[in-house]
Amino acid sequence: MDATTPVTHPHGTLDVTRPTADILCVRLSGQWTIGAALPSSAEVQAQCEASPGVRRLSFEASDLADWDSALLTFLLKLKELCDQRQIAFDQAELPHGVQRLLALATAVPEHEARREEKRVSLLVWLGQSVLDIAEATRELLIFLGQVALAFGQFMRGRARLRAVDLWLIVQASGAQALPIVSLISFLVGLILAFMGANQLRQFGAQIYVANLVGLSMAREMGAMMTGIIMAGRTGAAFAAQLGTMVVNQETDALITMGLNPIEFLVVPRMLALMLMVPLLCIYADLVGILGGAVVGVGMLHLGAAQYYQQTLSALHLLDFVVGLIKGTVFGILIALAGCLRGMQCGRSASAVGAAATSAVVTGIVWIIVSDAVLTITYNILGI
Amino acid sequence: MSAERPQDAHIFVHNLTMAYGSLVIQRDLTFRVQRGDIFIIMGGSGCGKSTLLRHLVGLQTPAQGEVLYDGQSLWQVEPAERERMMRCFGVLYQSGALWSSMTLAENIALPLEQYTDLSPSQIGELVSLKLALVGLAGFEDYYPSALSGGMQKRAGLARAMALDPDILFFDEPSAGLDPVSSRRLDDLILALRDSLGATVVMVTHELASILTIGTNSVFLDADTKTMIAQGDPKKLLAESHDPKVRQFLTRGEPHT
Repeated sequence: MDATTPVTHPHGTLDVTRPTADILCVRLSGQWTIGAALPSSAEVQAQCEASPGVRRLSFEASDLADWDSALLTFLLKLKELCDQRQIAFDQAELPHGVQRLLALATAVPEHEARREEKRVSLLVWLGQSVLDIAEATRELLIFLGQVALAFGQFMRGRARLRAVDLWLIVQASGAQALPIVSLISFLVGLILAFMGANQLRQFGAQIYVANLVGLSMAREMGAMMTGIIMAGRTGAAFAAQLGTMVVNQETDALITMGLNPIEFLVVPRMLALMLMVPLLCIYADLVGILGGAVVGVGMLHLGAAQYYQQTLSALHLLDFVVGLIKGTVFGILIALAGCLRGMQCGRSASAVGAAATSAVVTGIVWIIVSDAVLTITYNILGI
Repeated sequence: MSAERPQDAHIFVHNLTMAYGSLVIQRDLTFRVQRGDIFIIMGGSGCGKSTLLRHLVGLQTPAQGEVLYDGQSLWQVEPAERERMMRCFGVLYQSGALWSSMTLAENIALPLEQYTDLSPSQIGELVSLKLALVGLAGFEDYYPSALSGGMQKRAGLARAMALDPDILFFDEPSAGLDPVSSRRLDDLILALRDSLGATVVMVTHELASILTIGTNSVFLDADTKTMIAQGDPKKLLAESHDPKVRQFLTRGEPHT
């Protein structure tokens, strides 16, 4: 490179001439590469529009130093322009490689399969949403029916499933969830006690912290926190496991072996959570009460024995039963949501992720809604 | 072949129309598969070959028409009866579709445990036999994820053979295999057909397999949405005048 010319960023230039009345000649020079500064095809387009007599577009590329896909996209735009205006596209002077790639790029006619994303009117959108909801409800009902039938088979001892699968799921969803359930419920007990202590201290009624923590853990928070942890931990895992099996055609393989995937995959998962969520729920109640006691004894200077006695007198067996019923219901709902989303999974890797996310969302929504329904029912029944 | 009754054919597909909702994939498919055939389902990408296989093995319900096995319709019988019919099928899926949470031995043992009264030790012997047949002796305790793609396919084949099926279905058995492995799989399929007397139905693109082991075939076309040729692939190559079939069977090369 000549020492006097300043080092410039690589760039391509074009120069449009009109040797005769009906020919437009584009002179390409410099570097036509990705990242280089390039003129836009609009310049040529403007020239074309300015001279309506043009019947042919030709090129001159002897000064073209380097080129890549950037030149090709430029030329394709021009070619399209020429096709629209019925101008001949004369590529004879372009480098050989460019000509061959252009031929390749234009060889396959655009497939009509490329569906137009049309803007839909609000009414259409609304109607479609209603139809989608109806379809989703139908799918849910079918799934519930299948699960009910599979459970019927199980009760009659005719369901085909492997006991070892059940134990593995019980282990994964029960024992292995203990650390996180301990941590969360201990902290929830602690938080409840703090909140209560601040209020109750004003009346000198610190001792009732024991009642507050005990009742709320047993009746509500134990089941609720366990449910939410399990929806995030196990519900998502169920959806991902079943979704992967759908993607991998493992569920198809079950069907062609004459094994019902609902019996084989969903029933053990439902059973596992129906057993383990109530157990975890009791455990969470006790750990939460322990958390409350730490605040009561450590911060409010209540005696440990006094706190224990107060808790005993505040709690009845019924309070635990109320929580247990909730826990069992949550367990069933979490397993249903996880398995439903897993079995509905599309046939791609990203669909598995979507299924897991959807399982958690569905699970938590179902938990909260059923919790509200159960709480109101208890209230009406007076328990 | 004119006076044949449907019950003479091992598989008889009659006027089958396949559709997803209102989207028709293929219509008016009628063909027979004889006992002992190696029947090839071929056609360009996206023409519905795998969908046809899913209809044959009972995973998808036909929009119209029938699939008959030994003269008995797969779709007009009680679900329990259909399940029994499906138990005579062995299916090798495109990806192997081994149950990933089980070892190879457990994969192959599962159908045996479910449908036979064999003792665990007898099942163990059968499992080892099936694995040995596909060249995987000693891999009983491996999980599918620890195997290469070719080995997974062969293990899938061992599972498909677990119940000594009458009909083996293969969905693109040689996709993703190197030429030598794919050739060995072909040999294996031939050997199994000859010794077990099974009928083989196979979806494949592999020209070499189509022409060497295929004895009968159907050619599906995506544009007209129906079958445009059937018969022995070698004969089709020699005699067919349909440009699409010729192009497919010669890889689009001008002469054979």
